[in-house]
Amino acid sequence: MLRFIGRRLLIAIPTLFLVVTVAFFMMRAAPGSPFDGDRKLSPEIEANVMAKYGMDRPLHEQYGAYLAGVVQGDLGPSLKYKDKTVLQILQENYRVSLTLGLSSIILATIIGVSLGVLAALRQNQTTDYVVMTVAILGVCIPTFVTAPVLVLVIASKLGWLPSAGWNGGALPNLILPIVVLTLPQVAIISRLTRAGMVEVLRSNYIRTARAKGLPENRIVRRHALRAAILPLVSYLGPAAAGLITGSLVVEKIFNLPGLGKFFVISALQRDYTVVMGMVIFYAALILILNLIADLLHAVLDPRVRLS
Amino acid sequence: MTGTILTPGSRRGAETMEKAARGRSLWDDAQRRLLRNKAAVGGMIVLGVLVLAAVIGPFFTPFAYDQINKDHVWAPPLTQGHLLGADSLGRDLLARLLTGLRVSLAIGLVATSVSLIIGVVWGAVAGYLGGRIDEIMMRVVDVLYSLPFIFFVILLMVTFGSNIILIFVAIGAVEWLTMSRIVRGQTLSLKHKEFVEAARAAGLGDGGIIARHIIPNLLGPVVVYVTLTIPAVILAESFLSFLGLGVQPPMASLGTLIANGAQDMELAWWLLVFPSLTMVVTLMSFNFIGDGLRDAIDPKDR
Repeated sequence: MLRFIGRRLLIAIPTLFLVVTVAFFMMRAAPGSPFDGDRKLSPEIEANVMAKYGMDRPLHEQYGAYLAGVVQGDLGPSLKYKDKTVLQILQENYRVSLTLGLSSIILATIIGVSLGVLAALRQNQTTDYVVMTVAILGVCIPTFVTAPVLVLVIASKLGWLPSAGWNGGALPNLILPIVVLTLPQVAIISRLTRAGMVEVLRSNYIRTARAKGLPENRIVRRHALRAAILPLVSYLGPAAAGLITGSLVVEKIFNLPGLGKFFVISALQRDYTVVMGMVIFYAALILILNLIADLLHAVLDPRVRLS
Repeated sequence: MTGTILTPGSRRGAETMEKAARGRSLWDDAQRRLLRNKAAVGGMIVLGVLVLAAVIGPFFTPFAYDQINKDHVWAPPLTQGHLLGADSLGRDLLARLLTGLRVSLAIGLVATSVSLIIGVVWGAVAGYLGGRIDEIMMRVVDVLYSLPFIFFVILLMVTFGSNIILIFVAIGAVEWLTMSRIVRGQTLSLKHKEFVEAARAAGLGDGGIIARHIIPNLLGPVVVYVTLTIPAVILAESFLSFLGLGVQPPMASLGTLIANGAQDMELAWWLLVFPSLTMVVTLMSFNFIGDGLRDAIDPKDR
């Protein structure tokens, strides 16, 4: 187990290295610089500013310096937000994204698994068809459609909830963004659960459990569900990626001060260090979630041996 | 048979024998199953209509998609000759919608082809060669999998500017990963089959075997995955356009239309509703076809 974790962490290092490298050179290849403002800087001032951030040195030296910083946990200063380091910006803004992402994934898992199990137990009956139709709708209606439609109907026309803003994380402000993020995940999770459940319910050990005369409730909860949610565990990594993607849209539409909104703005403003910091942050997040998924897989499925 | 003895010489005998000899191939079976699937057939019909509308529709609209009409600003549906209304510049929504659908479908098709080519070649080579090379190639896929792909597409768009060719390449280059895994898995199981042995015994090289014997036999799962990749690509492009990084105005795609509609929805609901509906219907028909194909070709779950 420990050896497995160690090996995976060793693989994570080259992955992160690749991420940093590609992102660094792509960002630098982009035309424009963070110091292009409305007013043109005089050449002397621009040279001074460049020198201050070490950007007058050759690119490979800057790359080396940046890598050395990252290894020591220093992501550098922001080029656009004066007096702020990238780490500070991450710290100040991750809470919004984390709150949304975490609530959505928990809600989506609870609802999705329940619906999936229900559909599998009532296979080819009305409940099953209804759940699966809703699921396919959930997959096909993108967040950037649900978000404005919900805002239009629930916030603007009915006035039940605020249409945008963070408001210190007040619940009414959170409901719409979380619903928007949760819906597509519910759809995917319920489909995965149903498929897993249908397969498991046909397996021999479930027949054995039935033959033993165990109550149906117990068979479903103790025996079937455990195996049926295995595909879900593998979905953890992609789910996180999906939520991050979704949060880009949601944070934009609901005007929330999260990381996703920051990323697009920073990329457009050529705030190199902020963009790099976020890429590293998210890549590390996805790597960690994938590792957790693999470990959980081994815990839940005794057939999987970690090596 | 009702007791008639069929003699080989008789006309009826020959007909019956011919029928019996013409067995049903796997593909015939799959086709029959597909056509029995109502959702899939419905999806095909709807998609056919949408494709037709996107291809020839723009030639028949009374307005061009980029034609600005100052007197028609915010014209609601069915007024001033605008079937679906007009936008903030008085441009005809129907014309823009058809053009946008055309762009989105084209991106879906081209980017999927890019991902198809990379994914099939990569997966087939890795699976066929096996060993060290396979390990390295699949490691690369693993690494790419764990990247926050959307960030790289965003970086790409920012770096090289949003031109439409780049959107094709960027999305296609990211979507090939799953394809290569599917293809590799299939190749691994195919390469020990007798006909591959036979081809090798006959002196065919690795390249020839991959191209002539492995790839044609991968078709089933690949076709299924392609029909599911197209909607994913359309979605990815719309997503970029929604963030303002995709197709640039006055050109339209479903994503840009929805983004504009979302901005103006308080003033003109039609700008949000019609593009959104088109998007959802398009994605759904692709998904129904894909699910239907999967059930038809891989009837494990019947």
